[in-house]
Amino acid sequence: MAVMAMAAALRGPGGRFRWRTQATAGGVRGSARGAAAAQLGKKVAVVDYVEPSPRGTRWGLGGTCVNVGCIPKKLIHQAALLGGMIRDAPHYGWDVAQPVLHDWRKMAEAVQNYVKSLNWGHRVQLQDRKVKYFNIKASFVNEHTICGVTKGGKETLLSAEHIVIATGGRPRYPTHIEGALEYGITSDDIFWLKESPGKTLVVGASYVALECAGFLTGLGLDTTVMMRSIPLRGFDQQMSSLVTAYMASQGTRFLKHCTPSRVQKLPDGQLQVTWEDLTSGKENMGTFSTVLWAIGRIPETRSLNLENAGINTNPNSQKILVDAQEATSVPHIYAIGDVAEGRPELTPTAIMAGKLLARRLYGQSLDVMDYSNVPTTVFTPLEYGCVGLSEEEAMARHGEEHVEVYHAYYKPLEFTVAERDASQCYIKMVCLRKPPQLVLGLHFLGPNAGEVTQGFALGIKCGASYEQVMRTVGIHPTCAEEVAKLRISKRSGLDPTVTGC
Amino acid sequence: MAQPPLPPPPRAQTSPGPVKVGTAPNRRLGSVRGVLVSSPPGRRARLSSPGTGRSSSEAREELRRRLLGLIEGNRVMIFSKSYCPHCTRVKELFSSLGVQCNILELDQVDDGANVQEMLSEITNQRTVPNIFVNKVHMGGCDRTFQAHQSGLLQKLLQEDSTYDYDLIVIGGGSGGLACAQEAAILGKKVMVLDFVVPSPQGTSWGLGGTCVNVGCVPKKLMHQAALLGQALNDSRKFGWEYGQQVKHNWETMTEAIQNHISSLNWGHKLSLREKSVDYVNSYGEFVEHHRIKATNRKGQETSYTAAKFVIATGERPRYLGIQGDKEYCITSDDLFSLPYCPGKTLVVGASYVALECAGVLTGLGLDVTVMVRSVLLRGFDQEMAERVGSYMEQHGVKFLRKFIPVMVQQLEKGSPGKLKVVAKSTEGPETIEGVYNTVLLAIGRDSCTRKMGLDKIGVKINKKTGKIPVNDVEQTNVPYVYAVGDILEGKLELTPVAIQAGKLLARRLFGGRLEKCDYINVPTTVFTPLEYGCCGLSEEKAIEVYKKENLEVYHTFFWPLEWTVAGRDNNTCYAKIICNKFDNYRVIGFHVLGPNAGEVTQGFAAAMKCGLTKQLLDDTIGIHPTCGEVFTTLEITKSSGLDITQKGCG
Repeated sequence: MAVMAMAAALRGPGGRFRWRTQATAGGVRGSARGAAAAQLGKKVAVVDYVEPSPRGTRWGLGGTCVNVGCIPKKLIHQAALLGGMIRDAPHYGWDVAQPVLHDWRKMAEAVQNYVKSLNWGHRVQLQDRKVKYFNIKASFVNEHTICGVTKGGKETLLSAEHIVIATGGRPRYPTHIEGALEYGITSDDIFWLKESPGKTLVVGASYVALECAGFLTGLGLDTTVMMRSIPLRGFDQQMSSLVTAYMASQGTRFLKHCTPSRVQKLPDGQLQVTWEDLTSGKENMGTFSTVLWAIGRIPETRSLNLENAGINTNPNSQKILVDAQEATSVPHIYAIGDVAEGRPELTPTAIMAGKLLARRLYGQSLDVMDYSNVPTTVFTPLEYGCVGLSEEEAMARHGEEHVEVYHAYYKPLEFTVAERDASQCYIKMVCLRKPPQLVLGLHFLGPNAGEVTQGFALGIKCGASYEQVMRTVGIHPTCAEEVAKLRISKRSGLDPTVTGC
Repeated sequence: MAQPPLPPPPRAQTSPGPVKVGTAPNRRLGSVRGVLVSSPPGRRARLSSPGTGRSSSEAREELRRRLLGLIEGNRVMIFSKSYCPHCTRVKELFSSLGVQCNILELDQVDDGANVQEMLSEITNQRTVPNIFVNKVHMGGCDRTFQAHQSGLLQKLLQEDSTYDYDLIVIGGGSGGLACAQEAAILGKKVMVLDFVVPSPQGTSWGLGGTCVNVGCVPKKLMHQAALLGQALNDSRKFGWEYGQQVKHNWETMTEAIQNHISSLNWGHKLSLREKSVDYVNSYGEFVEHHRIKATNRKGQETSYTAAKFVIATGERPRYLGIQGDKEYCITSDDLFSLPYCPGKTLVVGASYVALECAGVLTGLGLDVTVMVRSVLLRGFDQEMAERVGSYMEQHGVKFLRKFIPVMVQQLEKGSPGKLKVVAKSTEGPETIEGVYNTVLLAIGRDSCTRKMGLDKIGVKINKKTGKIPVNDVEQTNVPYVYAVGDILEGKLELTPVAIQAGKLLARRLFGGRLEKCDYINVPTTVFTPLEYGCCGLSEEKAIEVYKKENLEVYHTFFWPLEWTVAGRDNNTCYAKIICNKFDNYRVIGFHVLGPNAGEVTQGFAAAMKCGLTKQLLDDTIGIHPTCGEVFTTLEITKSSGLDITQKGCG
C-alpha cells in the first residue's frame, strides 16, 4: 500500500536521450528531484500512486506534505489560531456577536480545494519541465527496470539508468488492538474528512498526534490525547512538556501512561475505547466519535520488491540504507526523504536532498546534503521551533560541565491586552560553556515559532556564538528579540520568569 | 540642596600597597588600587603572567584591567612618553597647579606598545599624552589646556568626592533607564530625572519614555488590533461563523492599551526602586559644571551634582509651524491615548510613524488620507517603501502626493471636531482643501536638547537638528557628559539600540568593560499593515557604497500559506537580499515584506552578525511552511530580469 512515485531519467547509449526508465517513488521529493533533473536536460519520469488509506482516503500528486501533511495541517492550525484571535478581538475593541461557531465542512472544503490546486500545480510543473508522469504503482523487476500497474490493472515496464526511491511513509496502525483498523482513522484521513470528527481520541505522542489534537481542541472539539510514555520523543523534553502543558491549559485532555486495548462500535455509531492505565494497572473505558492513530509512520518499501534489485533495508525500520550520496546498496539506485534510513522526516530536507542529488548525478556540483542543524517547527497551539541539539543531547555529547544553557520565560506583547496566559512562552539556547560559547541548539516556544527560528538556524549554520547573538540588536517589540536578550544561565539558578515589562 | 551622602565603607583592596594619590578624605578611596610608580605596571603585569601559553585574550584582559585600575585609582593619570614635548607641557601644567600625578612612560616599559593600543581602544585616542582626571578622560595636551582655561580642569580636580551622585541620567526612556539600572547594578549611586512636558494638546504620561508610552508599545498593540480586524475577515473563510456586524470600539481598545502602559510605568518605577536608583519626576537643566537644577511640576527647584551625566532626553514630534497646527492638530504623542475615535483622519508625513498610524486607523475602519511631501520612508530601501505604500493604497489608504499643508482651521468643535485643511502643491501653484475630523502630524521629531542648559557647560549640539555629536563611546565634547538614544547625531533612533548603548555605556564607565555599541547591521521593522523588516543596507545605499556591478540582488514574491485559503493577495509579499559579489556573496542587505516581518528578520540579523553569505542561505534547510523559508530558496537575480510572480504553488 503506498504512495509511490519514482523519478528517473536517463541518458541512453551514445549520448542520445531515450526512455529507459526509471522508477520510484515520488511525492514532493520525487517531483523536486524529477524537476531538477529535467531542468538539467535529462529525460525524467515520475511514477506516483496513492494507495487508498484503510478508510478509503486518496489524493493527488505531491506526496504527504501537500496532501496529508504540512500544508493541510498548517492551514487547519491557522483556522484554530483564528479562533483564538476571535476571542482576543473583543479585548482590542472589536465587538464580535456571540455565539461564535465553527463549520468544519466549510473549512475542510477550502483547505481541500487549495490542496487540489497544488496537485494541479505539480502536474503542470512536471509538464513544463518535460517530466513524464505516470500514475501507476511501481515495483522493481530488476535493478534497471520497474513494473507499474494502473488502477485498472494495466502493466507498464519502465527502465532507467538511475532510479530514485522517494516513496515516503504512511501512518502505522496498531496490529494487536481489536477494532483499530476497522474503526480508527489516521492523519491520512483527518484532513479529508467532510464532516467534523466530533469528540476525538488521539492515540500517540508524536508531533503529528499533538498537532492534530491541538487544532481539534482549537476548533472547539472535545479532544483527548492518549500517550504511553513521553511526548515528542527525540525533541528536547523540557520543551515537550511545556508544549503539552499549554495544550492542557487550552482544554486538551491527556491520558498519560495509558494504552488502548480495544475499540468497539456501539449501536449509535459511537466508538467505545477500552484502555489500560499502566500506572494503576486498571482498565478504563470512554466513548468517542473518532479515534485517530498517530503512533508513528512506516516507510513505503514493502510493495516495491526491493529484493528484485538487491536493495538493502534496515530489517527493523524497513527503511532503505543509504550513504552520504543518498545511494542505496545498488549504486545507481538512490533513496531520499522519509523512506531513507536515518534521515529527518521533513519536507525541506527531502527537497534539498533531491535537488542536490540531481545536480550531483548530472555533474553540476559535488555538494552533498548536510543533515546537521536542520531547523524544524511543531505547529502545536503554542508553536515550538528548534534547531540544533536538545539540552539532553548536548549534555550527552559534550558533558554537563561543558554546556551552558541560557533561558527565559517571556510574555508576547500581544498577550498582554488579550489577557492571555504566557506561562509556557519560553526560550532556551544551549551553548558550549567555553568562550566564545558556540551555540549548539536553540529552542523557542511561542507564537510564530517557525518564523522566529528560521533566521537563527542560519546563525547557527554560520557558527554563531552566544556572544554574537547577544550583540545582535533586538527588533522591538517582537518575540524574536527575546532570543537576543537571554542573560540567565540555568547554572546560575536565577529566576528566568518575566519580571516587570 | 541634598546633602552629600556619607561615604560607603571602604571596599576590599585587591592589592594592598602604598597609595600615591588623593588628598583629602575621598569616599572612593576604597576603590583605589595601589600603584607604585617605581614599579611600572607594565613590568608587574608581565611578571604576573609568565608566558606559559596563556591565551592572548586573557593577557589583553589583564592589561585592560590594569590600565583601568590606574585610571580609577589615581586623581590624575598621565600616559606619556618621556621624550614627548607635549607630555612635558602637561606634566608642567599639573606641577604648576601643585597637583600630584601618576605618570606611566610608555617608552620605558616593556609592553608600552600594547598599553598604547589598549588605551586607544579604551579612549579612542592613540596619541600621548593621554590624560585622565578623576577617572574622566580628559584627552590630550590641547584639550587639557583648553579645560584649564575654561575652568573645567580645576572643577574636575576638585571634584573628588563631593558629588551627590556618581551618575545622573536625564531622561527616563529606554536608553536612560537601561544605563541608570546597569550603573546601579555596578554599585554606583545613580539618579534618573524624567519629566514629560505635556504636548500642545495637553497629553502627558509616565516613566518609560517614548517607546513605552507613545511609541513602540501602544503602536504595536494598535497594529495588533488592526491585524485582528483582518483576522476576523479571514476567519470566515476558515469556517468560523458569527454575526455579520463587527464594529470596532476605540475607547475599549485605548483603555486596554493604556492600562497595559500604566502597568509598564509602574514596573519601571519598581525596578528603579529595587535597584536603589533615585527617581525624580522633575525637569533637569544644567546650571554649571557637574550641577543640575531639577524643577518639578509645582515649580519647586532642587539642585544635584554628579561626577558623570548621561543625556537621554529623546525627541518629540515636530510641528509644521503653520496657522492652526498646535491648536488643532494632534501627533503620535496624543493618538494612543485619544479619548475618542479620531474619525476621518489626515495624516501628514511619510515617516514610518505616519505610515504606521495611517495603517492602524485604516485597519480599524476609518477613512484615512496620507499627505506626502516627497518620498515614503526616507532612508529605507525605496523599492520596499513603495511596495509598503502600494499595499496600503490597495487596502483603503488614500495618498495625496506632493502636497504640504499651509493652514488648519477649525470648523466645528467636538470629539472629534471638524477641521479644514488647506494644502498646496510642492510642484506648482495648485492648492486643495479637505475637511477631516482629525489631523495627525508625523513629519519628524525634534531633539529635546535646547532647553536644558547644555550651553552653560559647553556641550556642543548640532545647531540645526539639535542632535548631540558623540564619539564612538557615546561621549560628548565635555568629557564627563555622555549621551544615548534618539538625540545622538548620525545614530539610529530605535529602542533596542538605545538600551544596548545605555547598558554598554554604564559597563564601560563603571564596570571596567570595553565593549562599544555596534550601530552596524541593526535590524528594524516597520509595522505597517504589511510589515516590513530589514537589516543592513538599502539597495540604493548598497549601490552607492559598492557600485551596482559589484552587487547581486536576489528577490522573489511569496504567498504566505495562511493567505491562500483566506483569499488574500498573491504577489504582494516580497523578499530581497543584496549580496556583495566580491566578498563571497556576503549578504549586506536583507529586506522582507510580509506577515510577522519582525519575527522573521531577527534571526537573519543574528546570522548577518556572523557573516551570512548567499551560499549559507542556500545550504540552510527551510522550515516548512513558513514565510521565513523563502530566503533559503532565493534563485532569481534582479539583473536576470526574470519574472518573479508566483504561479500555482510553492
